[in-house]
Amino acid sequence: MICLLEPDPAILARRPAILAALRAAVPGVALVEDTLRLAAYETDALTAYRQKPLAVALPDSTAQVATLLAFARHEGLKVVPRGAGTSLSGGAIPVADALLVGLGKLNRILEVDWANRCVVAQCGVPNLAITHAVAERGFYYAPDPSSQIACTIGGNVAENSGGVHCLKYGLTTHNLLGVELVLPDGGVVRLGGRHLDAGHYDLLGIVTGSEGLLGIVTEATVRILKRPASARALLIGFATAESAGACVAAVIAAGIIPAGMEMMDQPAVAAAEAFIAAGYPLEARALLIVELDGPRAEVDHLAGRVAELARAHAATSCRASSSEAERLAFWAGRKAAFPAVGRLSPDYYCMDGTIPRRELPRVLGAIGQMSVRYGLKVANVFHAGDGNLHPLILYDANAPGELERAEAFGAEILRLCVDVGGVLTGEHGVGLEKRDLMPYQFSATDLSIQERVKAAFDPDGRFNPGKVFPLLHRCAEEGRVHVHRGAERRADLPRF
Amino acid sequence: MLQPRDEAEVAEIIATCDGPLEPVGGGTKRTIGRPVEAESLELGALRGIVDYEPEELVITARAATPLAEIEAALRERGQRLAFEPPDWAALLGTRAQATLGGVIAANASGSRRLTAGAARDHFLGFRAVSGRGERFQAGGRVVKNVTGYDLPKLLAGSWGTLAVLTEVTVRVHPLPECERTLVVDARGPRAAVRMMGAALASPCDLSGAAFAPRLGVVLRLEGFAPSVEARSRMLLEVLEADGAQADRHWLEADASGRLWEQVSGAQRLVSHSIVWRLSIAPSDAPRLLERTEPEDYLLDWAGGLLWIGASRADPQRIRGALEGGHATLFKAPPEVRSAIPVFPPLCAQLAALTARVKAAFDPADRLNPGRMS
Repeated sequence: MICLLEPDPAILARRPAILAALRAAVPGVALVEDTLRLAAYETDALTAYRQKPLAVALPDSTAQVATLLAFARHEGLKVVPRGAGTSLSGGAIPVADALLVGLGKLNRILEVDWANRCVVAQCGVPNLAITHAVAERGFYYAPDPSSQIACTIGGNVAENSGGVHCLKYGLTTHNLLGVELVLPDGGVVRLGGRHLDAGHYDLLGIVTGSEGLLGIVTEATVRILKRPASARALLIGFATAESAGACVAAVIAAGIIPAGMEMMDQPAVAAAEAFIAAGYPLEARALLIVELDGPRAEVDHLAGRVAELARAHAATSCRASSSEAERLAFWAGRKAAFPAVGRLSPDYYCMDGTIPRRELPRVLGAIGQMSVRYGLKVANVFHAGDGNLHPLILYDANAPGELERAEAFGAEILRLCVDVGGVLTGEHGVGLEKRDLMPYQFSATDLSIQERVKAAFDPDGRFNPGKVFPLLHRCAEEGRVHVHRGAERRADLPRF
Repeated sequence: MLQPRDEAEVAEIIATCDGPLEPVGGGTKRTIGRPVEAESLELGALRGIVDYEPEELVITARAATPLAEIEAALRERGQRLAFEPPDWAALLGTRAQATLGGVIAANASGSRRLTAGAARDHFLGFRAVSGRGERFQAGGRVVKNVTGYDLPKLLAGSWGTLAVLTEVTVRVHPLPECERTLVVDARGPRAAVRMMGAALASPCDLSGAAFAPRLGVVLRLEGFAPSVEARSRMLLEVLEADGAQADRHWLEADASGRLWEQVSGAQRLVSHSIVWRLSIAPSDAPRLLERTEPEDYLLDWAGGLLWIGASRADPQRIRGALEGGHATLFKAPPEVRSAIPVFPPLCAQLAALTARVKAAFDPADRLNPGRMS
């Protein structure tokens, strides 16, 4: 279980007065106050944890966001920003005495600047909507997280989101030119713009991936690219994870950076095949999907090279797509992997860690052993190109103790990722979920420096509290930690 | 002279010595920024490759490892630093040798930054000593990493004012099989920017686009031979469609390589005592050039990087002409760099935020005080 912050009873007691003052300070702002409607905001994609906020504000402009945050600062209110609420790490889960600020109404694309090859969008615009806005001239926005039909660009900035194609095209931070940011004191600043480099400190770089802890991004300027002329995929089966891993290393060593390289283990393949009949080779212990994009001549050339490398690494099967329909069919199983696994069990827990690629066979082996020890099945999906691993742990939340066992299993996997030279999270963020594991990767000094950077933006510590950085050394009884006005009980205990 | 042998000694020096410090790697970029009055912290002994795994596409080295050593090790395994660290030695009039840590601290990125990203985009993790003498690490050795704040982004381009880098991990990329550059005449900057834009709006996958008077527009293609062939044909078609009837020719392999070394290093401005470096929206370049009328200039990053050569600093003229973007006084005599803002002035809010970020690392302003003002 992960400790949730205990609310400040003084704030809760003053709720009616606070909300009345809010309505006066930000006239016309949409507010959600009643218990029934608040339920829609009580969790995100980390559904095991739920908490209703003090109230939800739904501003429709940067000005409203700024006034809201100035008000929150004046009242000493905690603030939790929320985009589409798709976070898998609990980044948007409320705190009971916090004002949840939902950014969904800032949903306009403000400008498509063809000359400078960028788009200016409000933070609530869904990721895929940006691509749609520039599709007419054959452009797109490259970072493509799986939740892209729903997740917002503001959320992408907060999480530094990636996606299957980030191997070749980078994460959000590599495709972001500028933001408009409302600071915790209500001040509005612009970081970056349509130009490429920061003039002073790269504050845009530190805000990207800051998980809602440093302020609220209200607008983003992103790069758009011309869509590659063509794309082909190869579906390659292997008898062992070792040979699949060796093939991946060989592709990299050959100087090839594919547009995407995904691996699925046998349980994941079996689940996907049962769900969507994509034609995956069921006998393969590891399946690799390699996507190449670019001019036709390049794609055909590289497809041939990859097929050779596959054969040289004992592939048991290798098919190269010969049409767009076939390419999409190869991907269908991978894209359905999560829901496919979800059919197998009432609940699943999607993990996210990154390891050096060479460690994959060892880590998969260890996960297999943990699966036996914890008595929970697991399927693995792996961004082979960059070492980002997604073990999917199957459990039943209604079975007593299974959620706890799943969490313990997940935490052990993440510690192993760090042990082999990797990191706790590659894309989903630390959020609530991995907060307490941060001391496993970072020393007390490392964390204290990060906390001081946070304090530079948010001196009162009111933004998305209880996320990313550990609370006290240990939680109080019943798993609740009371943090009153930013001052911890037992201040003598070392704070990470 | 302070010459620590390792990170522990760096920490000890910062903790025990009073007074300001100027971290020095190779000393190639000491003349960039406001002149600093401080004791030099010579980091030359912190050198050596710690870990290099070509299949993982990462290399870790102590911060003062000469860039040449890094590049040689990478080249041997058919790899390179994609952000094309520029050689500014000629421009700055120095013979010194750049270090990897210094390149990162300056976010020194060449022409390929346009499509491959800057040093900051390839900087994965580090060890460093803060202005408080704390030894710490941040980031990691893997590309997909969103664990905690992205401190590597903050340290890149911070010019040694936040912490002293002692060990750095960067991402590496394959060396392409071949390279060639198309050189095309252009009537002037407006036509040049439009031409470069048209090329970038195509799937030609350029890795460099620059323009200067008497040079023309230069467009680089890199990759596997069949790919470069196909994209060369595509590029010529795109330019014809854009209306370029002008003279053009290809530079192959080494000739192409030498050209881009000169472009990345802004070498044509060597004889100017004053050099400005502007980061702008490409569409702003023609108007800026009309307003500032520089003695000489070089437009890189398809118009997003404007180098201006002058004999007088004239900050109002340069910065006054900007609409968005920013200008840094890259090269000037020390007395000039002491008298005017070298780095782009910040609005009050950002100045305050910047000061608080600096204080988080170096509250006593020990490291390169005033360098970035």
